[in-house]
Amino acid sequence: MKKDKQNLFNSLWQLLAAVKFAVILLILIAVTSVIGTLIPQNGSDQMYMRVYGEFGYKILKGLQLDDMYHSLWYLGLLLLLCLNIVVCSIERLSSTYKVIFPKTISFNPDRFRSKKNIQAFDLDADTDSTVRACEAICKKHMKTVLIESTDSGKVFYAEKGRWTRFGVYIVHISILFLLIGAVIGGIYGFKGNMRLDPGQADDVVRIPKEQMAMKLGFQIKCEDFKVKFYESGMPEEFRSTLTIIENGQASLTRDIIVNQPLRYKGINIFQASYGMTSPEKAKFAVQSRESGMVFEIEAVKGKKVNLPEGAGTFLYNSFISNMDFQGHSLGEAFHVDIELTGQEPLHVNIPVKFPTFDKMRKGKYIISVMDFEPTYYTGLQITRDPGVWYVYVGFTLMILGCWITFLMSHQTLFIEVVHNGSNPTKVLISGTANKNKQSMKIKINKIIKNIKGIS
Amino acid sequence: MIMTSSNALSYATFIYALASVLYIGSWTFKKDVLAKTGLWALITGFALNTAGIILRWVESYQMGFGHAPFANMYESLVFFSWTVAALYIFVEFKYKEPVIGVFATPLVFLAIAYASFDPNMNSKISPLIPALKSNWLIAHVITCFLGYAGFAVGFGFSIMYLIKPEEQGGSAFLARLPSLELIDELTYQMIVFGFLFLTIGIITGSVWANSAWGTYWSWDPKETWSLITWVVYAVLLHLRLMRGWQGKRISWLSIAGFICVLFTYFGVNYLLSGLHSYA
Repeated sequence: MKKDKQNLFNSLWQLLAAVKFAVILLILIAVTSVIGTLIPQNGSDQMYMRVYGEFGYKILKGLQLDDMYHSLWYLGLLLLLCLNIVVCSIERLSSTYKVIFPKTISFNPDRFRSKKNIQAFDLDADTDSTVRACEAICKKHMKTVLIESTDSGKVFYAEKGRWTRFGVYIVHISILFLLIGAVIGGIYGFKGNMRLDPGQADDVVRIPKEQMAMKLGFQIKCEDFKVKFYESGMPEEFRSTLTIIENGQASLTRDIIVNQPLRYKGINIFQASYGMTSPEKAKFAVQSRESGMVFEIEAVKGKKVNLPEGAGTFLYNSFISNMDFQGHSLGEAFHVDIELTGQEPLHVNIPVKFPTFDKMRKGKYIISVMDFEPTYYTGLQITRDPGVWYVYVGFTLMILGCWITFLMSHQTLFIEVVHNGSNPTKVLISGTANKNKQSMKIKINKIIKNIKGIS
Repeated sequence: MIMTSSNALSYATFIYALASVLYIGSWTFKKDVLAKTGLWALITGFALNTAGIILRWVESYQMGFGHAPFANMYESLVFFSWTVAALYIFVEFKYKEPVIGVFATPLVFLAIAYASFDPNMNSKISPLIPALKSNWLIAHVITCFLGYAGFAVGFGFSIMYLIKPEEQGGSAFLARLPSLELIDELTYQMIVFGFLFLTIGIITGSVWANSAWGTYWSWDPKETWSLITWVVYAVLLHLRLMRGWQGKRISWLSIAGFICVLFTYFGVNYLLSGLHSYA
C-alpha cells in the first residue's frame, strides 16, 4: 500500500518534471486565453443573452467564460504551471547544481582534443612566446584559467560564466513571484471607484465587481476639477484637486492628473473619468403657448422662482447626465417642477440639446434650456494592491533572468601548445559555449587571428 | 528645399522599396552584386527613416505640443520599419552574410508603405491624449518594437530556411548563400532578441498601467495577445533548448509566433476593442 503511494507520487513527479508537460500547459494557456479576447468579459447577463442566445448563455456561464481569466479552470491551469515550474526546477537543479557551483574546476584535455570543432595550425614562433601569448589571451577573454604541462608542451583551459547556467532558474522563480503577487492582490486588494462633484467629500468606494461598497479610513474631498481641451476638441488634461481628510482634519491637498495619481496609506487614487454634473444655476426660456411671448428666467438649483405673468412657480430640481427617452439617449437634461397656480406640480425633463422637445408635452408653457455654466464631476479609480511589490520583484527577476539566460553563456576555451622540435610550434584550439554558439565561433576566430599575429 | 518629416519618410519608403527589389532580385537572378547594392539602399533608406522620425519629433515641438512620435498607428509603423531595418543592418554587418536579408528587407518596406499608402491612415501630428502623457510611453514603445523587430527578422530568416534550394555549389551565388545551419542559428538569435525585448516591453507596459490606472494587468485584449505571443515564443525556446528542436520545425514555430505578433499589433486594434485603441 505504501509502495503504491510511493509509485503514484513518483509518476506524478515525473509527469510534472517533463518538458513535454510544460509545453502542453503553455499551449493550453495560450489557446484558451484567446477565448477571453473574443468574448467580452464581465458583461451583463442581458448582453450575453442578447448576443449568444439562451443556450450560448448557459454554456458561457457554465464554463465561466464571462470572466474566464478568474475562472476555476484557468486558475487551475496556472496552478499546474506553478507546480510544473517548481518540480522541473528542483529536478534539474539537483542534477546540475554541482556543475553550476562546483567546489573545484577541473578539465579533461582528451575531451577537447577529440572535439569536432578543434582547429590546429602551425605557428612560426618559439614555444615560450606562444605559451605567454596564449596565457595572456586566456586571461583577457575568460575568468578562470588552468594551465597544465604535458610531455611536449602546455595545455590551457579557461572558462567564464559558469554561474549563468543558473539564469533560467531565476526566470522560473520570477514567474512564481508574479503569480504569488497576483494571488495576494486578489485576496487582500480591491479596485473600486468614487464620483465626486466639486466641493463634495466621501469615504465610500464602490466596487462594481463584487457589487459592494467599502469604507476607506479617510475622506476624499474634491476641491476642484478642471478639463482642458486642445483646439481640435481633443481632451488635453483632466485635473482634480483633492484633499484627504482624516479624523475631521485635512492632512494633505494635491492635484492629480491621468498618469500622476495620489498614493495615501497604501491606497492609490487615480484620475479615471469625468462627466457633467448639476450646475448651480441655469437660464431657461419660457414661451407662452397662447401669446407666443418668450420670457427668460434664471433658476438656482432647489429654489422656486416665479413664472411670468404670475402663472405659478418653477423649480430647477436636479440635473440628469444622460436622459433616456423611450430607449433613446438624449444627453444631459434638467429635471424641473412646474406648478401652475391652483394645480398639482408637473415633473418635467428638459433635454439641453433638444430645445423643441417640451413642445410635445402640450403644456401652457414650453420650456427650453438657454444657457448654463457646465460643471464636471471627477471620476476617481481607487485601488489597493499589497501584492504589487511581489509582482515588481518578479518583473525585476524576470528581466535579470532572461538577460543572463539569453545574452550570457558559459564559455570554455581550450588551447594546446605543442613543441614541434625547433620552430614551428603547433597550436590546437577549441571553444565551446552552452548558448550563442555563433558568437563563440566568431570569438574563437578572432583569438586565432591574435595568436597567429605573434609570429 | 527644406526637408520635412513627411518627405523624408516618403523618400525612405521608395528607397526601402528599391532595397527590397534589389534583395529579391539577387535571390531570383542569383546575383551577389544586387544584394550588396541592396544593403546600401537599405542603409540610405534607414538614414532617411531616422531623419523622418527626428524631424517629426521636432515638428511636434514647433506645433506647441511636443511629444515623441509614438502616438498613433502611422507613427508606430514608421518606427517598426526603423527597428527592423536597424536590427537587420546590424545582423548583416556582424555576420557578414549579405543575402540573408532577402525576406527580412521587404518587411521594412511593407510596414512603412502601409503607413504611407493606406488611405485610412491618419498621418497628422496630433497632440497626446492624457492617457499617453507619461515617460513610460517611450520606454514601452521602444522595447515592444525592438521585440517585434526581432521576431520580424527571425520570421524572414525562417522563410529563407524553408525555401532555400537544397543543391549547393554550381553557381558562385548559391555557394555564397548562408548555410542552413547558420540560418537556423540566426533565426534562434533573433527570436531570443525579440523575446527579451518583448518581455521588457510587457513589463514596462505593466508598470505604466499600474502607475496610470492602478492595475498592472487587466486582461485587455492587447495585453492578453502580447502574453499569448510571449507564451508561443516561450514554447519555441523550450522545445529548442530542452528538446533539441531545430531547422524546419523551429522555422514553422517562428512563423506561427510572428502571426501572433501581427495579430497583437494589428488584429487587436482592428478586430477587438480595448485600452490600446490609439496604436
